[in-house]
Amino acid sequence: MGVDAPLGDFGDVLFYSALAVYILAMLLHAVEHGLLRRAEPVAAEVAVPVAVGAGSTESSFPTAGGEALPRTSRPLSERFGRMGVSLTVLGFGLHLAMLIVRGVAAGRAPWGNMYEFTAAVCLVGVGAWLVVLYRRPELRRLGVFVLLPVILLMFLGGTVLYTQTAPVVPALRSYWLAIHVTAAVISSGILLFAGVASVLYLLRSVHDTTGRMAWTAKLPGAQVLDRVAYRATAVAFPIWTFAVITGAIWAEAAWGRYWGWDPKETTAFIAWVVYACYLHARSTAGWRGQRAAAINVVGFAVMVFNLFFVNLVVTGLHSYAGVG
Amino acid sequence: MTDTLEKRTDPPSGSSSPGRDVLAVARNTWRGLTSMRTALILLFLLALAALPGAFLPQRTPSPQAVQNFFTQHPTLAPLLDRVGMFDIFGTPWFSAIYLLLFISLIGCLVPRTWEQVRGLRARTVAVPRNLSRLPHHAAGEDDRTPDEVVAAARTRLRGWKLDVREEPDGVRTVSAEKGALREVGNVVFHMSLLALLAGIAVGKLFGYEGNVIVMADGSEFCNSGILAYDTFRPGLRVDGTNLSPFCLDVDHFTAQYRPDGAADSFAADVRYSDADALADGAPPVPTTIAVNDPLRFDGERVYLLGHGYAPQFTVTFPGGAQRTLATQWEPVDQRTFLSQGATKFDRPGVTDEAERRRTQVAITGLFAPTSSGGSVVTSTYPALTDPEVAADVYEGDLGLDSGRGQSIFAIDQSMVDQGRLTRVVRQNLVPGQTISLPDGTQVRFDAVKEWVNLQVSHDPAQDAVLVAAVALLVGITLSLTIKRRRFWVRVTPASPSTTDRRSLVQVGGLARTDQAGYGEEFERLRDDLLRPRHGGS
Repeated sequence: MGVDAPLGDFGDVLFYSALAVYILAMLLHAVEHGLLRRAEPVAAEVAVPVAVGAGSTESSFPTAGGEALPRTSRPLSERFGRMGVSLTVLGFGLHLAMLIVRGVAAGRAPWGNMYEFTAAVCLVGVGAWLVVLYRRPELRRLGVFVLLPVILLMFLGGTVLYTQTAPVVPALRSYWLAIHVTAAVISSGILLFAGVASVLYLLRSVHDTTGRMAWTAKLPGAQVLDRVAYRATAVAFPIWTFAVITGAIWAEAAWGRYWGWDPKETTAFIAWVVYACYLHARSTAGWRGQRAAAINVVGFAVMVFNLFFVNLVVTGLHSYAGVG
Repeated sequence: MTDTLEKRTDPPSGSSSPGRDVLAVARNTWRGLTSMRTALILLFLLALAALPGAFLPQRTPSPQAVQNFFTQHPTLAPLLDRVGMFDIFGTPWFSAIYLLLFISLIGCLVPRTWEQVRGLRARTVAVPRNLSRLPHHAAGEDDRTPDEVVAAARTRLRGWKLDVREEPDGVRTVSAEKGALREVGNVVFHMSLLALLAGIAVGKLFGYEGNVIVMADGSEFCNSGILAYDTFRPGLRVDGTNLSPFCLDVDHFTAQYRPDGAADSFAADVRYSDADALADGAPPVPTTIAVNDPLRFDGERVYLLGHGYAPQFTVTFPGGAQRTLATQWEPVDQRTFLSQGATKFDRPGVTDEAERRRTQVAITGLFAPTSSGGSVVTSTYPALTDPEVAADVYEGDLGLDSGRGQSIFAIDQSMVDQGRLTRVVRQNLVPGQTISLPDGTQVRFDAVKEWVNLQVSHDPAQDAVLVAAVALLVGITLSLTIKRRRFWVRVTPASPSTTDRRSLVQVGGLARTDQAGYGEEFERLRDDLLRPRHGGS
């Protein structure tokens, strides 16, 4: 199994280009956020002025953001925001190309070590964000907060976790690598976005109840954030379940048992239970709203812990990081 | 029964009685246990209880790591051990949490399933009086008669659960529901969880796992009982007497390595005879076991989990008695397969016990499959290209009769400390070389054999667990993607007169779970049902 090293290096160039473009996009979104005035609320806030958990949740997303305020020219903030989105799309393209190049160079699915895994999770995170943007353009102002964790993760991936293009160990040489890890990547990426939405929801609802943290007033309304977080988690949870089940199937073939409480398996189980908690909490009186959102944030923390701590600190069967 | 109990114990005064209290406590406990809040807390506790399992080594997958933890933290480890921190998933408190959770789940699931069965047969909910209060609603005039509008709605709402009702004054209504599969998925998901737990429990009761090291030189392993294994982990109802008989000959082991020493592939060529073949005397079936590719037959699974080297030595004792042994040595470096071990010889044909225990021989030290060639033996590559042993030859009493168990990879250090076992020679050997001990004993390094570590796994419920897991996945996907939604139509004659054929059509919609996303579907339905030229109001 040959490895094309120069091609792999080209993949690294693409990785850093994508990272640079994301940083630029985040800065543009930051400018957009700075230019926003409170007096220019998203339509959702007009439609749903009530705070967290206030009785009925039977209201819909607004269909469009700008209908209520006819304008002749676009305000500066919107122009910056649109530039940010364009750059995000460009970064996404570079990012995608990086993974393809890396996969071709190594002759396998490009998520065989933590550097590649982190890159792939970030790609899905940005992809999920672009899908949300396409369907709810009025959420664009979230850009800076979505790109920030992506950039942090990619930075860590490019420095601490970086590994040269190489084939994987025999235990990973299986079509389950493509299936199991792809599912894990997709669900983690979407849950990354859901986690960000829940964090913003919590901040926003603190503002709604106490009036502190005035900057969050520029965010979309609490209920919009809550619903986006829920929808993302509801999509990701079955995929995560699929990832755990295919992991068990693969473990049965590779290690002789479908479940053995390996640290990675344990943490995947914990994350699964926490997200199950979130989904239940959201439909339980007295728990929906802030408590549910807090659980979602905990779930995301467990996912991050699973990625970094379990792979780098704990020794287990999943120690494939290729680091150190 | 409740009645009689109450009648018998209830004093006429009507004050609370012990019997009633007990009942009330039981009822409240049951209600409390099956409430969503309790289930949530139990779920959270389950996650919390599992958390130490991510930080601390656990005995079940890695007993060695637990031992290391004990040597690193001599004071902390016993304390943690007392509360079961190294065996979390088998502790009573962990079991208590998930058992309570599953009782709570059953208490929640049974009534819900009933409700759902009734709901599937029940008629749809009648049209609300005031449709304009719904989150989605519209109204319009139509030049068709109410009957025609209702017929059109029926056609358009094909696939929905439908009920057409009549209200006074010739008003016709259609109530439609869709998405009942969401609840079905929900119930299937939770039922599958129960089935999954049951399957896991059956596996823990009737399954077993055994590990055995077999020389890859045609040696045979037979699944005859616990003694055939090096380690054996039986299920709670397995005593090792009724293992299904099969035999396995390991003919050859192949490993391929990359230039940097990382492994590329492992495979063992084996021949196996299942129970029928053994009974009929049929020839064994040749096959290959590799990583990710175990041997499966008749509910048995055989895995290739590891491999290593066994240097073979021949010891010629003074007087000419010869013994040849190849004992597995343990790889200490997975990258270079530098291995250590102890090959132990008992002098044959000696009747005097004291004499026998003075002349036992052990060869310990390091083995390098590809030696660096220096005076200190180190290994540079895992394949068997240039083997060399740095041998420490001990002579004396190995302590094999002491009654204490000893590692097959090391000599009993206490015998050395007591001076009953002494190192007589230290020398590096390549295959074919011989060393002489002071008493005339000759030790020859003959060759190197390879061994494989096989695991035999047996779990009668494994397929059931897989089915439960797939059902669980289908259930959760249905329950999280399908939306339950309702659509209502009320058609009112525009005027009481029979000549006026026009109707007034009102439509309303409600999503019962998450409103987002229903808007578009409602709008399509509305546009199709309200004639556009009359639409809007």
